Amino acid sequence: MKLKAFILTAGVLAAGVFYSRAQAAPDTIKVGILHSLSGTMAISETTLKDTILMMIDAQNKKGGLLGKKLEAVVVDPASNWPLFAEKAAQLLEKDKVSVVFGCWTSVSRKSVLPVFEKDNGLLFYPVQYEGEESSKNVIYTGAAPNQQAIPAVDYLMKEVKVKRWVLEGTDYVYPRTTNKILEAYLKSKGVAPADISINYTPFGHSDWQTRVAAIKKFGSAGKKTAVVSTINGDANVPFYKELGNQKISAQDIPVVAFSVGEEELSGLDTKPLLGHLAAWNYFQSINTPANKAFIDQWHAFIKKANRTTNDPMEAHYIGFNLWVKAVEKAKTTDVEKVLAALPGLETPNLTGGIAKLLPNHHITKPVYIGEVKANGQFNTVWKSNGTVPGDAWSDFLPGSKDIEADWVKLKCGNYNTVTKKCSGQNYK
Amino acid sequence: MGGHRLLTLVLALLGLFPALAQAPDNSNFLAILSELKEAGYDDKATIAEKLSKTGHPSVRSVLTAMMEDRLLFRNSDQKFFISKKDDGDPFDLIDPITLKDAGQAPADSVTKIGTNNGLRGTLKTIVAHFSLSSPDVSVRLEAVKDMLKSMDEPTLAILRDRDNVETDPRVKKEIGVGLALATLDGTDSNARLAAIDLLKSNVSQDVRNRLALLLEKGADGSYNEKDDKVRKAADIAVQNIDQWRSYYSAVETLFFGLSLGSVLVLIAIGLAITFGVMGVINMAHGELMMLGAYTTYAVQSVMPDHIGLSILVAIPAAFIVSGLTGVLMERTIIRFLYGRPLETLLATFGVSLVLQQTVRSIFSALNRSVITPEWMSGSLKINDALAITYNRLYIVIFTLMVFALILAVLKRTRIGLDIRAVSQNRSMAKAMGIRTEWVDAATFGLGSGIAGVAGVALSQLTNVGPNLGQAYIIDSFMVVVFGGVGNLWGSLIGGMAMGIVNKLLEPFAGAVLAKIFVLIALILFIQTRPRGLFPQTGRAAEDK
Repeated sequence: MKLKAFILTAGVLAAGVFYSRAQAAPDTIKVGILHSLSGTMAISETTLKDTILMMIDAQNKKGGLLGKKLEAVVVDPASNWPLFAEKAAQLLEKDKVSVVFGCWTSVSRKSVLPVFEKDNGLLFYPVQYEGEESSKNVIYTGAAPNQQAIPAVDYLMKEVKVKRWVLEGTDYVYPRTTNKILEAYLKSKGVAPADISINYTPFGHSDWQTRVAAIKKFGSAGKKTAVVSTINGDANVPFYKELGNQKISAQDIPVVAFSVGEEELSGLDTKPLLGHLAAWNYFQSINTPANKAFIDQWHAFIKKANRTTNDPMEAHYIGFNLWVKAVEKAKTTDVEKVLAALPGLETPNLTGGIAKLLPNHHITKPVYIGEVKANGQFNTVWKSNGTVPGDAWSDFLPGSKDIEADWVKLKCGNYNTVTKKCSGQNYK
Repeated sequence: MGGHRLLTLVLALLGLFPALAQAPDNSNFLAILSELKEAGYDDKATIAEKLSKTGHPSVRSVLTAMMEDRLLFRNSDQKFFISKKDDGDPFDLIDPITLKDAGQAPADSVTKIGTNNGLRGTLKTIVAHFSLSSPDVSVRLEAVKDMLKSMDEPTLAILRDRDNVETDPRVKKEIGVGLALATLDGTDSNARLAAIDLLKSNVSQDVRNRLALLLEKGADGSYNEKDDKVRKAADIAVQNIDQWRSYYSAVETLFFGLSLGSVLVLIAIGLAITFGVMGVINMAHGELMMLGAYTTYAVQSVMPDHIGLSILVAIPAAFIVSGLTGVLMERTIIRFLYGRPLETLLATFGVSLVLQQTVRSIFSALNRSVITPEWMSGSLKINDALAITYNRLYIVIFTLMVFALILAVLKRTRIGLDIRAVSQNRSMAKAMGIRTEWVDAATFGLGSGIAGVAGVALSQLTNVGPNLGQAYIIDSFMVVVFGGVGNLWGSLIGGMAMGIVNKLLEPFAGAVLAKIFVLIALILFIQTRPRGLFPQTGRAAEDK
């Protein structure tokens, strides 16, 4: 009897839970936000969490999506890479979110990738990265190397007439892969190996005397020299300070950086950086009506008029709008149907162009090169002619040259055009 | 307008701008100026050249403004103005012709004439022509150096003229180098030989590259320099320059090592007192440095108009802030844990987390920007091959001063005597009437205060953020253990040695490997000499 009663009670309870779930489900669409709110990456990632909250807020004010309100589910993976995978599993399996916006570092993305593929989730990744990847379950709204690194090198080569190159990076996967691509690219353009110097320093490196002296020496061979910097985060400040102290100005040896944006500049003394370059797909200083509206919206939402906007924020803006369009087109939030609806969709970006989602799950982006000004903003000195389509697999690495990603026709993120084989989800 | 008359006079003397004798042609000047609106960067450089050729009295002001991002035009009537500052809203305008105030304009009603690095380089050279007549010697010297970067016939003519009237020996020497470099292109072999003779004592890289060019073979296989004698002289000169340069580069590496070493010593001195003298393993030592760095930031925020002075004010302020924090720590936590190293380690580690979070709550997790004062930026130029950066130089001197001060306090003052007495034999000191409890607090406060002072120095070298301390705590323990616990001189020699070895290895091994090698060497060293470089001897050593 007891057992029967127990089963009965359990059944009623379960039904109750199920009922309440079923009740709650039609009301809201859950949107997962997977950004570190504590730890070393909190500085950059908290802003992105706020960006998505702002977009959700605005969408709800417009009446929501498919007649339902959007509901944000925020988790904190605390800059801890294995925790990213755990929190991703929690979002997908327990909270049953329809979509996740998240990750910053490549290592966090690699950590959540198996989870998203197993649970068939949908992740929008907003940061520039090293490429060599295309997952069915990830939409890459940040720049691939051909949308940031290669155009920046092209600019230096053609406009600044640079002949000698220092590739200076922090010792981890993004700089190493990017520099490998850049080295192959430079060599393909006829740069002699003796004119390329590659060097890595640890995270948070602060004693740059020897490196800067070496760069100075390398740059004094009578040929125009530039530094392509993939130095990450904190280490940039002492690096630029040392450049300034050793009297290397942007006119002598310009430094083009891929990880220094408005947000980073707001926390440091910009004097030593004046005139040095950065390559991005968006600058806060770009004067378009859409950008002005976005900045005003951001200031109103965050309630601080001096907060900056930056490139990954624009990527989230584009990603969110693409997702909304795809859901409206598919008339459901079912991941499979949304993924089918996504390729080919277009949405305006903030700089007056159109972002189109390509079959390889990357988007089209314009490329801008700017010089750092005293107020921590960028002065655009070059922009690409129209937008550049993102290329998942670099054409300049021997291994990835023949590989293609196409989720529309080939249904494969790693298709070898020579052997005609799809290697599935093998990103090595 | 006296300045302009002088400028006009000098330019006329130079014979460059005969048009100057007549009234300036304002409309022509403005017409050329307005071409800037639509121009690309290359065109802007051409327009700037054209402007300088007009000889208009405002040329220098306009081009300097353009170089400094202060040249703009009003959108409503397309009129050009110079702005007083490159930023702000509204802009204070100056008329480009009369150079008088022309009211204000809101930032969004004007368009700036953008520049890029290349264009600014060109403008700098053009403006340098004008700076040659500056009464300031250093401005003239800079101007000559800028002109040497792009030598052509007209520039050469200006330099020759200047050579005749120049009185300052340094500027004259620099002009001499420029003229000699130009002579190398000439046809007269003897003149070329004389030029090489003059240049061979110059250690600048540009000169070396130019001379080395003589030794290279052209596309047709023959030498660029046809004359054997000249080539031989050039060869000797290049070797001579190379020798000097490698000598200076060794001096430079040594200095890099000393400066890294002095940072290590500075962060370790405080620990040498708390850990070395008192035997307290203080894991919050790094956070006490962080407090010092934040004190620098706070002092700068209080006195934003006196950045140069702020660092000097920050030194005693940081000593007091970190010192008082140290005394508080000692009184409330550490004194209950004397003789229990493991508990002390855990407790102070907890304190370090509390301090980090406190700073995060007050100042936010973002790094704070501490401004480097003018007198600490740039470098002391010894010659063309060797320059020493000021911030590093001051830190070396500062470390030695702090070290001497600590030694003096410990050896020459009453409190120093008490500290030494307590650390050597606590019960005997107590029996002699020394209040050991207060001495403990004062010693810990002193060590902590020194950590705060080190934080002021670090704020000039690295990022001021909540994690600043963690980056340095390992290094500081390493130095103290290597030097010998309880020995201040050991910390000094140990820190300097580690810095120099690290910097000697870095060019060959890279920053990551160099550090690993130093750590491995340290482990091997501690294996054979567990008490460090200068172990304590006698009875005091046995107690520890």
